[in-house]
Amino acid sequence: MTKIEAIIQTSKLEAVKDALHEIGVEGMTVLEVRGHGRQKGHTEFYRGREYTVDLIPKIKLETVLPEAMVEKAVQAIVTAARTGKIGDGKIFLSKVDEAIRIRNDERGEGAL
Amino acid sequence: MPSRLVLGFILAFILLGPTLFAQSPPAAASPDSARLTKLEQATADAKSSADNAWMLTSSALVLMMTGPGLALFYGGLVRKKNVLATMVQSFAMMAVITMLWAMVSYSLAFGSGNSFIGGLHHLFLRGVGAQPDADYAATIPLQTFMVYQLMFAIITPALITGAFAERMKFSAMLLFMVLWSLIVYSPMAHMVWGKGGLLNASLGGKFPCLDFAGGTVVHVTSGVSALVCALYLGKRVGYPKESMTPHSVVLSFVGACLLWVGWFGFNAGSALAAGSLATSAFVATHFGAAAAVIGWSCAEWIRNGKPSALGAISGAVAGLVAITPAAGFVGPMPAVLIGLIAGAFCFFMVASVKARFGYDDSLDAFGVHGAGGTLGALLTGVFAVSAVNPIFKDAQGNVLPSGLIDGNAHQVLNQIVGIVIAWILAIVGTLIILKIVDLTVGLRVSEEEEVQGLDLTQHGEEGYSWEVTA
Repeated sequence: MTKIEAIIQTSKLEAVKDALHEIGVEGMTVLEVRGHGRQKGHTEFYRGREYTVDLIPKIKLETVLPEAMVEKAVQAIVTAARTGKIGDGKIFLSKVDEAIRIRNDERGEGAL
Repeated sequence: MPSRLVLGFILAFILLGPTLFAQSPPAAASPDSARLTKLEQATADAKSSADNAWMLTSSALVLMMTGPGLALFYGGLVRKKNVLATMVQSFAMMAVITMLWAMVSYSLAFGSGNSFIGGLHHLFLRGVGAQPDADYAATIPLQTFMVYQLMFAIITPALITGAFAERMKFSAMLLFMVLWSLIVYSPMAHMVWGKGGLLNASLGGKFPCLDFAGGTVVHVTSGVSALVCALYLGKRVGYPKESMTPHSVVLSFVGACLLWVGWFGFNAGSALAAGSLATSAFVATHFGAAAAVIGWSCAEWIRNGKPSALGAISGAVAGLVAITPAAGFVGPMPAVLIGLIAGAFCFFMVASVKARFGYDDSLDAFGVHGAGGTLGALLTGVFAVSAVNPIFKDAQGNVLPSGLIDGNAHQVLNQIVGIVIAWILAIVGTLIILKIVDLTVGLRVSEEEEVQGLDLTQHGEEGYSWEVTA
């Protein structure tokens, strides 16, 4: 099992969600987060005073998938979330040891 | 023949009747004369009812400017942790100043006294009832006049809270405001609007200063006192290094729109009647505000590259402030000019002057009210015309010119006298009050409390609680 953590533009959430549903991904967790990579934020003006906002709102989407689906899911996210500009985000993959369904204590890939 | 005689008699009766009756002694008053008296009474009553209806509506509109208008406007501009503390500072004025007004400060402001302050004969509102006071407003109950003026006494100190937002103790704020209302507001209101006041333009003051709805009384006093507070209290912890952006321009936006609407009660209500002068002030107010939105937004667009929502609403408030002293004295086109100048000028004050001098007037009470009020009071002396409001008359009752463009250049000097007195009273009064409060209850919260936020440390609650669990 592999956990996919995708940090994406807030405006791309719907497209990514739809793309994942299409290839059969059944569950995901979505978080509103703030952060920055190489994109260093933007400036705002309040009554003529300049403020730099370096932590930008992003969406972090998490899902844990069986190995067979991981590459397809990564491709789906990359295609759906790309605008080609700085700030499109990143995807991180990591191994997951175990998954447990709370309702019936089911273990392994069947619990996903 | 007899029928002709009868006809002649009837004709003579119709033609001469009124003369005959008029000459008859009062003891035998005719039904016609009684009806005339009744009719005159009914006309006066109708006018009084109409004026009173407008003045009660205006009173409610001016109260709405403080809560929720100003409370929302200021509340949105602070950080999330101080939203309730900021809003409740305005709200507290609605309760505390009302008590004070009933007990003593109405009498100090509007009772007959000397040139500087009113007497004590209206303590606990003694003698303030249904009977009008012709010196102030001949057609409305004195009680209506009293409650209308109370709404001004409430919003004026509430404006100052913008300068010391996010760092003053609630207890210190209460003591400060009570003293400020007695020492600064009441004398200034008496001088400009009270019987025998030094600057009163309609009741024969020594230096007649034109201030229709409170340019000097409300905005100069509060704005200048705000600057003194900001300088005396010092900057907020972390200012100007840390980002202290408004937590909700949306709240401020709603507040500013309510202020704009409420201001019609403030300015048009200051006609103290429902006639054409109220209309004229209403129109000038609206035109001034609209022009100032454009003035501020253009200045901001040129300097920063974008016209912001906060800029647009701040411009509206700046224009409303500047048109306040002029509203009942100027025509619509000068009102547009005053608004345009005020919008650009106040933007310059908050965007450049504040940064240059480095004082932390958190919500720009001085930059908008102090600067806008001073500008408006000065321009009133330039643009006031007797065609709008024949306020100055000679001994024979002939109308005299009002302002500079009307042919009375001297009025600009009178305006400056009024402005200087308002500045001096605000600076000296506020410094004394700050010293007293500092030595008794202490002005600022501790640094730790300030970092935690005033909502939690002063009031034990939070403005927003959006927990995941229901």
